[in-house]
Amino acid sequence: MSTDTVWFRPPPRPSHTPQPPEQPEPASVDLTIDGQAVRVPADWTILQACGSLGIDTPTLCYLENLTPVNVCRICVVELAGARTLVPACSRVVEPGMDIRTDSPRVRLSRKMVLEFLGSSVDLSTAPQAQAYAARYGACPERYGQPHAPSGPGERDAREPGHHHAPDGSAAETVAQPVKVDNDLYIRDYGKCILCYKCVEACGTDAQNTFAIAVAGRGFDARISTEGNVPLPDSACVYCGNCIGVCPTGALMFRSEFELRKQGQWDESRQTRTDTICPYCGVGCTLSLHVQDNRIVKVTSPLDVEVTHGHLCIKGRFGFEFVHGGDLKADANPEG
Amino acid sequence: MDLHFHGPKPTAAEQAAVDSVLGPPTSAWAGGARNIEDEGHITLLGGHAARSRRDLLLPALHAVQSRFGWVPPGAVDYICRRLTVPPAEAHGVVTFYHLFSLEPRPSAVVHVCDDIACRIKGAERLCDELEHSLGPEREGHWKRSPCLGCCELAPAALALDAGESPRATALAPATHADIMGLRTSGEERHDSFESLRRSVPQCGDPKLRLLGRIGQIDPESLDAYRQSGGYTALGRAIELGPEGVIREVLASKLMGRGGAAFPTGRKWDAVAKAPARPHYVVCNADESEPGTFKDRVLMEGDPFAVIEGMTITGFATGSERGYLYVRGEYPLATRRMRLAIEAARAAGLLGANVMNAGFTFDVELRSGAGAYICGEETALFNSIEGKRGEPRNKPPFPVHVGLFGKPTVVNNVETLVNIPLIVSLGGEGYARVGTPGSSGPKLFCVSGNVARPGVYEVDFGISLTDLIAQAGGVPDGKAIRAVLLGGAAGMFVGPDKLDVSLTFEGTRAAGVTLGSGVVLVFDESVDLGDVLARIAAFFRDESCGQCVPCRVGTVRQEELIQRLRSGQPIGSRDDEASLLKEIGQVMRDASICGLGQTASNAIESALATLDPIPEGKSSR
Amino acid sequence: MFGAGGGTNSYREIEETDVILLWGSNARETHPIFFHHLLKGIHNGARLYAIDPRRTSSARWADGWLGLDIGSDIALANAVAREIIAAGLENREFIEHATTGFEAYKQALEPYTLAYAEKETGVPAHAIREMAHAYAKADRALICWTLGITEHHNAVDNVLALINLSLLTGHVGRYGCGLNPLRGQNNVQGGGDMGALPDRLPGFQHVEIAEYREKFDRLWGVPVPPKRGWHLSEMLEAMEHGTFRALYVLGENPLQSEADQALTRHRLESLDYLIVQDIFLTATAQMADVVFPAAAGWCESDGTVTNSERRVQRVRKAVEPPAGARDDIAILYDLARRLGHDWGEPQAEAIWDELRALSPVHAGMSYARLEAEHGLQWPCYDDTHPGELFLHSRLWERPVLGPRVAFHAVEHDPPVERLSDEFPLRLTTGRRLDDYNTGVQTSGYASPMRRGESLDMSPEDADRLGVRSGEVVRVTSRRGGIEVPVRIDEALRPGLTFMTPHFQDEVATNILTIDATDPRSGTAEFKAAAIRVERLGVT
Repeated sequence: MSTDTVWFRPPPRPSHTPQPPEQPEPASVDLTIDGQAVRVPADWTILQACGSLGIDTPTLCYLENLTPVNVCRICVVELAGARTLVPACSRVVEPGMDIRTDSPRVRLSRKMVLEFLGSSVDLSTAPQAQAYAARYGACPERYGQPHAPSGPGERDAREPGHHHAPDGSAAETVAQPVKVDNDLYIRDYGKCILCYKCVEACGTDAQNTFAIAVAGRGFDARISTEGNVPLPDSACVYCGNCIGVCPTGALMFRSEFELRKQGQWDESRQTRTDTICPYCGVGCTLSLHVQDNRIVKVTSPLDVEVTHGHLCIKGRFGFEFVHGGDLKADANPEG
Repeated sequence: MDLHFHGPKPTAAEQAAVDSVLGPPTSAWAGGARNIEDEGHITLLGGHAARSRRDLLLPALHAVQSRFGWVPPGAVDYICRRLTVPPAEAHGVVTFYHLFSLEPRPSAVVHVCDDIACRIKGAERLCDELEHSLGPEREGHWKRSPCLGCCELAPAALALDAGESPRATALAPATHADIMGLRTSGEERHDSFESLRRSVPQCGDPKLRLLGRIGQIDPESLDAYRQSGGYTALGRAIELGPEGVIREVLASKLMGRGGAAFPTGRKWDAVAKAPARPHYVVCNADESEPGTFKDRVLMEGDPFAVIEGMTITGFATGSERGYLYVRGEYPLATRRMRLAIEAARAAGLLGANVMNAGFTFDVELRSGAGAYICGEETALFNSIEGKRGEPRNKPPFPVHVGLFGKPTVVNNVETLVNIPLIVSLGGEGYARVGTPGSSGPKLFCVSGNVARPGVYEVDFGISLTDLIAQAGGVPDGKAIRAVLLGGAAGMFVGPDKLDVSLTFEGTRAAGVTLGSGVVLVFDESVDLGDVLARIAAFFRDESCGQCVPCRVGTVRQEELIQRLRSGQPIGSRDDEASLLKEIGQVMRDASICGLGQTASNAIESALATLDPIPEGKSSR
Repeated sequence: MFGAGGGTNSYREIEETDVILLWGSNARETHPIFFHHLLKGIHNGARLYAIDPRRTSSARWADGWLGLDIGSDIALANAVAREIIAAGLENREFIEHATTGFEAYKQALEPYTLAYAEKETGVPAHAIREMAHAYAKADRALICWTLGITEHHNAVDNVLALINLSLLTGHVGRYGCGLNPLRGQNNVQGGGDMGALPDRLPGFQHVEIAEYREKFDRLWGVPVPPKRGWHLSEMLEAMEHGTFRALYVLGENPLQSEADQALTRHRLESLDYLIVQDIFLTATAQMADVVFPAAAGWCESDGTVTNSERRVQRVRKAVEPPAGARDDIAILYDLARRLGHDWGEPQAEAIWDELRALSPVHAGMSYARLEAEHGLQWPCYDDTHPGELFLHSRLWERPVLGPRVAFHAVEHDPPVERLSDEFPLRLTTGRRLDDYNTGVQTSGYASPMRRGESLDMSPEDADRLGVRSGEVVRVTSRRGGIEVPVRIDEALRPGLTFMTPHFQDEVATNILTIDATDPRSGTAEFKAAAIRVERLGVT
């Protein structure tokens, strides 16, 4: 081998920088949004087109690293000629579309979606949803007092089909006890708006572990493991990608959950620093959320090509060793 | 896939039940016994091949449910191994369909319809009697069911008996004595003519074009079908060629009979021209709209006509495979369709080289498992694919991205039995029947307080008054309080609007809908508030839960109706009325599918004009 | 390979390839986020072949699992090559255009029939044939590997066997085609790139080529020794011979991470002086004469690391190190000062800029660009160069640019340690998802999946030995013995057992492993030891 010069010298620089195969330039489409003409690539969604005009479209179930499921319906816009409103997050632009993003119909639907969520789900750790509710004047109180929370496991056992008819004196909610069954994260489904993001992140959009799925039907639909077993008995591999995408704090780091419980969680005192995971050689970007010189949470930015926002258990939770006092103390200077 | 299995191991009986549908396992790594000799260094079934069998999930679950009366966890585990389906997703699927149970249940369960038509024909009394003799509903020997599609013979029940030879028997009209008798005798009754004739009061009328054979010929005999003119249309279609058939269907101006009234010919044309392959034909026989039963009667009484219609569809659209998705609650229709498929296949009318004409078409029957939403075409695709029956957002439309992501033509049963008629009459001949805007004959499901409930075939254009008169009018000299047109997803019509012309254009002009052809008549003795509460409960039960407007809106709507009924409105009744309007508006505007979009139609229409819940008459 | 040690492709390419050979890698657990990209490829229709003795969680995704016997990789690869040629599926045009030595290679392949390979690997001939055809016929095909290839006494030959396959089919130098070693540590790639190799200066510039050396001489003002140094295994051997007297270890735990722990301990003890610079008081550090407590490189200091797709990425200080612990470069600068050289203030960016001035493949990677572009892939020659998506496109240029690439015929050579009546079971080692190497980092968090160390064995072996799951047994190799609980794993076939190095303090797996080392790579044959298992008696 030693005679082979290629092993001794880096190869010469190619005459052309390697490129991915050329894709045909997507055609462009002309449409009108709120009276403004706009030209965008033909494979864009209405949401992207709105974004290009600086229109802030509310979304809850949408995330750029997941396949749009268009279930929250808060992003709906009015399309001239369409019988119903259309979801901006998934609807692809078509030539000549005439779209209104702030018409009375749009505002009503958005307000109602937020009222429906606000009256049935605890949005206390969902600042984005709260901001939207204020923007659209949602008034969840007008459906009456909330129903008493259901008991542990009660909602998980509900079967599809006939339900107990309500008397209308209280508004049904998804309130229920928090599921705490492991050291890494908690599941507080009283805060779940059923946006499907966690299921997608656990499934084909990222982790492909399929530890959770939507179970049940209608208002009794919920996120469940197989047979509703606790997480440690499930297929879960604790990548935490479900937490990473959860928009309401229904899924939360145990560390954040405990700090919040103690009243210690304070985002104004937190810094966020991007670095690279200390484990395998894939090179995942970690965003370290640090409060009082301690890492309290790890996320990953969506716009990095290596991770697309997703991590594994080691990257997500394996940071504790930097705070592990014992080993460190032993390794004292000049010891 | 690196699936994780934690659950109890399957029993031999559970494995046998699954294997009866899937065949024996071919790989240790896909449910088979450990086989180090052959599979110590390779996997005999893996990767894409192992993951491509998800669509067999519902058939396998049905096999287990009908064997044991519930779906034991070991059986779920085994199915998941066999089909390489994540157990959590299987859990999501099992808990979506109300004919599956994850909890142990008695092997014999009677499902009693307490839906609209049966309610006004004594369903509650039947439930009371069953509670007395079989115990409370929660013990599982009987349970309430949404509409069982036997409204003309209400009240209806469905007796399911799990075991090695499972039985499913629809009882209508169902009496307490019949139900108890069936439980003890175990007799199944399948008469070919008598009950069909009761369901088709016009039986014997030589002018019938769609219902002509029902009650007249043996529905289990292919010969009888052919002797009565069956399969001449397919022969003619082959002469016309695919493009010719589509020309005729376009010329016929046939509109889909499932409720959405989309021009059938345009749908076919789009699929025929779609470049992606393969193409599929799906027959939507998941008739679940409360008050609808025509498709059941067609399948029970003239199953070969459905097959012939599908075959012509396949021929015209370049599809080699058709799926017939039949409601799980229709045991007799399922049995007859199965027999018809087998007989047609044996006679060379399905399979490779149909009628020696060089084209391939075959039909696979799939059973629903209890979910109204699966009547929505994209939910139906998901159900066939072994997923939860959640509708997909449209576009893309099924003609481009349908079953298994391929171009798919999906037609309702009634639409498909019109196809042989169109081919025989010619498109233009067919278009001359009915009105210019609504061509052809139309089936109506007339039930409720009429003398002769049943399926009626009329030419488009008849008025509602005349149709009710044809059904013998309201008995006992009572007045009509209201008519529900189009089912739970339809609208109420008051006595002042009975002259509405039953055409697409006529109903549109009157601000109502034909929907699936439901004409449910209520006389003055009916408590409409109770009917509205049932409708509200129905939509809450049947919402798939996917989108917020429908998932929560149907709950809020039901709570509101119950507040009105109990005389405890929040604010004034007017406040409640305007709140209901907003709830209806967001469901109509922002729901993903037709279920949510129509979930408030009937209720809003009743409250607008019929004063169904009069003030001060608290019902609790 | 081909002169620059790095994966030829970018992660995104595996999402758009047609056939993937995952060879000796359980990436599902060891490189989970890379496996996300691979899964996208699968969902896009790619066929995956997993070549691994164990039916790992990665292999369970595969269209074809080729569960070869440990150490028979070359027999398999050569048989694949022979079958490709026999079926006329080799890429003649590419071979003639860009390679040398094909005829000799072809002749050397002659004995590697499918039947021979079936005998040597245990994999049925039809499965080998199917993979050979799928790989050769694919428009795009990638090979990825990890330590299943490199932790063998003939690691370099193993890699060459795979390179040969890519040359034979022209599956290199094009989008979605190539050869990718997945790096086991967050900067093992960067370490090599920076010259932490016995024979290279930064940027793969060989130390024995004067032209490269002189650049460094000039900038550093001291002559760079003109001869290659020792790799780790050579150092360890040299300790034993007394020719290596002092060792300065930065961020390694060789006592626990090297094969044959008893031998390693003896060697380290024979040193005159041992300095350990680490964030932990590791087992190695406990033997040291001096310990420099360091800051954690990934979150308590600034710098760069390089990943398996050759992407140089910034690490940043997010937390203050504990009192007394210091940034690695600060320690080194202080040390230099005590040795009489004042390097000034330690500044990560300044050091990086010096590197850029010396290493042409890093020249274009300013900190500003690394920040703005989420890292850059080498080679990145200047400020406007985007970095190379995939390597070796030069091989497709007409005429071929630079030297042609040689086939290297390699021969099957089974593991050094043969099975015997005394040591009848094969022990192989690897990582699990939630733990990492010797566990010094991962032991800090509470993984709900963690179940501690075990000897994983097939149900058949457990039956034969009469042991139950959880039962503690004695495991002995020619080098030593340990006690460990048994875990029954259906993914193993009779004769094959598995352990991890994750719980060295409780179960010192590397007491068992063999230090049979590839002289060229310096990597020991962790993947193949021979053991026996004995019951401890009535439990």
